[in-house]
Amino acid sequence: MKIKKILPQVITLLFIVLIFSFFTMNAQENMETRGLDFGFGFLKESASFDIQFSLIDYDGSHSYARAYLVGLLNTLLVAVIGIILATLLGAVVGVARLSPNYLIRKTASFYIEFFRNIPLLLQIFFWYFAALRALPMPQDASLLLGSSFLTIKGLFTPAPIWTNFDVFFVTLIIAIILIFFFSRYAKKKQEQEGKRLPVLAISSAIFIGLPLLTFLIGGVDLSFSFPVIRQMSQSSYTFDGGMGIPPELIALTLALTLYTATFIAENVRAGIQGIGKGQKEAAASIGLTPSQVLKLVIMPQALRIIIPPTTNQYLNLTKNSSLAAAIAYPDLVLVFAGTAMMQTGRAIEIVGITMATYLTISLGISLLMNWYNKRIAIQEK
Amino acid sequence: MTINHMDFFKPKHQKNRNICLIMGVLFFSIGILDFYLNTYFNTNITSFLPRIINFFTPLIFSVIGLHLIRIEFSGIKILDNLNKNINTSNFNAALSTSIILLIIFAAPPLLNWLIFDANFAGNTKEACTGGGACWVYIKVWFNRFMYGMYPNAEQWRINVTFIAVLALMSVGFFVPLKLKKYLTIYYTLLLPLFSFTLIYYLISGGEFGLVWVETGAWGGLSLTFIVSFFSLIFCFPIGMMLALGRRSDLPIVKYSSLSFIEFWRGVPLITVLFMSAVMFPMFLPDGTYVDKLIRVVVAITLFEAAYTAEVIRGGLQALPRGQYDAAKSLGMGYWRLHLLVILPQALKLVIPGIANTFLALVKDTPLIFVVGLLEVVGMLNLAKTNPKWLGFSMEGYVFAGIIFWIICFSMSKYSQNLELKYKTDR
Repeated sequence: MKIKKILPQVITLLFIVLIFSFFTMNAQENMETRGLDFGFGFLKESASFDIQFSLIDYDGSHSYARAYLVGLLNTLLVAVIGIILATLLGAVVGVARLSPNYLIRKTASFYIEFFRNIPLLLQIFFWYFAALRALPMPQDASLLLGSSFLTIKGLFTPAPIWTNFDVFFVTLIIAIILIFFFSRYAKKKQEQEGKRLPVLAISSAIFIGLPLLTFLIGGVDLSFSFPVIRQMSQSSYTFDGGMGIPPELIALTLALTLYTATFIAENVRAGIQGIGKGQKEAAASIGLTPSQVLKLVIMPQALRIIIPPTTNQYLNLTKNSSLAAAIAYPDLVLVFAGTAMMQTGRAIEIVGITMATYLTISLGISLLMNWYNKRIAIQEK
Repeated sequence: MTINHMDFFKPKHQKNRNICLIMGVLFFSIGILDFYLNTYFNTNITSFLPRIINFFTPLIFSVIGLHLIRIEFSGIKILDNLNKNINTSNFNAALSTSIILLIIFAAPPLLNWLIFDANFAGNTKEACTGGGACWVYIKVWFNRFMYGMYPNAEQWRINVTFIAVLALMSVGFFVPLKLKKYLTIYYTLLLPLFSFTLIYYLISGGEFGLVWVETGAWGGLSLTFIVSFFSLIFCFPIGMMLALGRRSDLPIVKYSSLSFIEFWRGVPLITVLFMSAVMFPMFLPDGTYVDKLIRVVVAITLFEAAYTAEVIRGGLQALPRGQYDAAKSLGMGYWRLHLLVILPQALKLVIPGIANTFLALVKDTPLIFVVGLLEVVGMLNLAKTNPKWLGFSMEGYVFAGIIFWIICFSMSKYSQNLELKYKTDR
């Protein structure tokens, strides 16, 4: 009986060890013949390539490690924007999918069936190479909302110019912490005394009021620099001032949002449908309006069904953002696994670091979500 | 006074009904007409109104119209149906109107571009004179989009192979009942073997008097099919083993399966392909060369196997414990228990999940451009840069989008059918 338990394990272990040692031996041999040595020292060397779009200070004289950071931040930027937008759109479409209104229902399902069945890469290409290329040149662009330009070279919007931004930022964080404690206090009070404090009103007052106060006494100031068109040469124009959002970022965010929102919408729909009909009917029979039923009865329960698969979609979105490499948006894959690897030739280290980064993000988010999931799970007695 | 309280507009008697109906239809038509004229004839029949209101007049008029025809129990069947479905409240009416206006706004230009103004005839770029799409471009490049750089004279080989593989795949529908139990073996072992031999000798060539075509020349939609077909049939058994491994009692088996699955699920496919392209050759003995296509298929297979494993695990977990206990009490060992009792039931449960994984696989195949293999989307990007055919990227992407949409949509509908067919009530 014992041999039955040990033998498969020994075989598995042997198999894994064999494969790993075979690969390591070959890798060592290959690196020796090519005169490479394994190590991460190259990260300190200066990268000597430029990156088109970067959130932090970067130029060719910075190190590879800095280039890695630029790529990582760009990836996270797309992921965060995409997750926020996709969640909003997905929630709306998911609810619309169950609307009693025939037109809305059909439009929502048309949108879902359409966008989820086309490869994401194709959508990114479509937005970048076909749709955004149809935008006007900078000199022909018309003013949007009195301040912005949407051109073939990207979206140019006013840029905020802060003085004493750190004061403002710290106050904002303090405000969020205050709101957190306040809402806990309010909840406790409601449970103990049955009194309901106007949580939303007071929280938003704190959230808006405290940071605004810094303008008066903290020496914080905010002004905007507006994009102004400037002629560079005979036929080439550019914008001075303002904030330029590159078309790669727009195309990528658009495609990721529209694609992922379809999956989130399906999760939302499944979650709402997973709540028993009796819950809706009971809520309606005590006189709640349809929107109250959704907000107070259905959603709190449906969220338990919706969150786990939606987390998966967030992870997918983050991983899919690596398709950025296809349209030359400087994300982690393009900057690090692309340019940096071409220059250093250190395939093993760089692909390893890239994969480890994505792995960390994925496992991090899923651990966080598992914890959250446990917290909101129904405590059954 | 909000619109909600305008009850004096509502018919209290049936005799008012017709007036309300006529007024409502009139208002609604004015709204739609106003929008139509605004969009296509640049005339504004309500230009006497202030600008802010003017912009919303179509919406306002239509919603008032819909409000007026919202008559309960009107006795007219069509009207009742209409009210029930698109006109239950003013908010709903506004949403319905917006969608109708959106369709009026978007549909005609879209149809014009796609069909009415499009060019179908001719063989050169100059044939495209209309303002619409230039489908000539697709027509000229069609062979390339389907077969990549595969030599024109040899393309029959791909067609023959595909028909043969399809025939091999459909064997399951025709075998007599007596042989049905061998189907699993056929699909997991024999079919991959047969199809690989077929593809190797027919598409690759090199023997039996067929010209050798290297895999670099393969491409287009046929490559999409080849890559997804092989990844699909290989990732299924591997995923099954991994799922069983993850639920095993043996710690080494369990944790090695677990880390394998979590590793592949945690990294994006594009880095996996990068790995297969640049990192993998470093791990092989010097001088060995593994074909690019094979490396890609292996990479995608391992990647998707991890996802398949998680889906199958879901099915395994959903089975009641009684099934295991009953099978064990009959004296079945581990393999007999799983092959005869557990897996057949678990797989039935996870048909939708498996179908989704396969869909994801098909949609992921365009990524192989990373290693320089050009399937449909890659070919499009190549064709787009051809100096003779500049400026038709839109047509290309729309064409590829339609193809992928048809493939994926029919696959998902088929899986829904399967789901219904194999549904067992518990």
